[in-house]
Amino acid sequence: MNLNATLIGQAIAFAVFVLFCMKYVWPPVTAALAERQKKIADGLDAADRAKRDLELAQASAADQLRSSKEQAAKIIEQANKRANQIVEEAKEQAMAEGQRLKAAAQAEIEQDVNRAKEALRGQVAVLALAGAEKILGASVDEKAHSELVSKLAAEL
Amino acid sequence: MASENITASEYIGHHLQNLTFGHLPERGWTLAHDAKEAAEMGFWAIHLDSMFFSVVLGAVFLYIFRKAATSVSSGVPGCLQNFVEILVEFVDKSVKETFHGRNPLIAPLALTIFCWIFLMNLMDLLPVDLLPRIAGEMGVHFLKVVPTTDPNVTLGMSLSVFALIIYYSIKVKGVGGFLGELTLHPFGKWMLPFNLLLEGVGLIAKPISLALRLFGNLYAGELIFILIALMYTAGAVVGTLGGVLQLGWAIFHILVIVLQAFIFMMLTIVYLSMAHEDNH
Repeated sequence: MNLNATLIGQAIAFAVFVLFCMKYVWPPVTAALAERQKKIADGLDAADRAKRDLELAQASAADQLRSSKEQAAKIIEQANKRANQIVEEAKEQAMAEGQRLKAAAQAEIEQDVNRAKEALRGQVAVLALAGAEKILGASVDEKAHSELVSKLAAEL
Repeated sequence: MASENITASEYIGHHLQNLTFGHLPERGWTLAHDAKEAAEMGFWAIHLDSMFFSVVLGAVFLYIFRKAATSVSSGVPGCLQNFVEILVEFVDKSVKETFHGRNPLIAPLALTIFCWIFLMNLMDLLPVDLLPRIAGEMGVHFLKVVPTTDPNVTLGMSLSVFALIIYYSIKVKGVGGFLGELTLHPFGKWMLPFNLLLEGVGLIAKPISLALRLFGNLYAGELIFILIALMYTAGAVVGTLGGVLQLGWAIFHILVIVLQAFIFMMLTIVYLSMAHEDNH
């Protein structure tokens, strides 16, 4: 247990080891640690950002969904209104057409009736003449009595 | 194991003798054959075993850490890198908590101290007779395996730390500031000699206590291992008891080993931190 030059040798070895450690061991390891710390911090940051982005996107999607629903409802309402309108219009049109057709048919019927009446009148005049001819036994001058006959036919 | 033909005290003495290389008046530069010759060699002798183990262990430490440092990546770390990073972070945290200045030397110094002293202390857990017996077969008659049970080794480190303390004290505070700290506190300039005595003792005590605490703990631990090893020669019952004791002491010693390495490191940081602080 003597104190001797081992002490000096140990001090030299110590100095060499410390210097080596300081130059070649400590810097790369601590640099890697710092870099990893930075990487992790960056990653966490990115995750936060992505989360915020996602929230924003979700909010905007919900917004869009709501507005499109509103729009759809509006469109459907309009369509219903329009359909009702069309039905109404069609009804009115149909009714008007019906009226028109009815009127036309009535007019035709009236015409037919008039025509028939006219025809009947003519035939009655002819019959009356024939009857009168027979009764009178003489021929009636058609020309002389045509005014009388047509007057008679008009009265019928 | 102690051979039958030597006594217990010879066995212990043999285990506590370093392999000393030095100059003897009658035989020139040679290895000492016993404690008396080693003492005769005076200061200019060297303990080959202490130097060998401490340098080899320091090289092992630096080899492992350098290997991790060259392949270090900031991505997912491997096993070795993980291990090294844990130690580096642990030391870095200890340094940052205690030492508030900026000095690129302190943290690597602390890491070297912690790992190196831990490895040297770890040699204590090898069976006391294993390496000396192997060395004996190879013709080396003295071998002290644990470098930290050699006061030269612990003093060599603590005196280096002491030199750093003085260096940084003077660098930070200037020669005048350092001398003033030694002489003008705590009682003012009229009590100058008393102050010097007080502060001087405090200053000198730092390296001495640093070295002797480590040396004392490990020396005592080693001695107890040797004493327990002696029990193996005293029959089956005592030998079994010795085995149990050895195991218990080894487990307890794991704590001592780490603790002493940690204490040496922490005190180094604290002392250097004090050297950097201006206000007393």
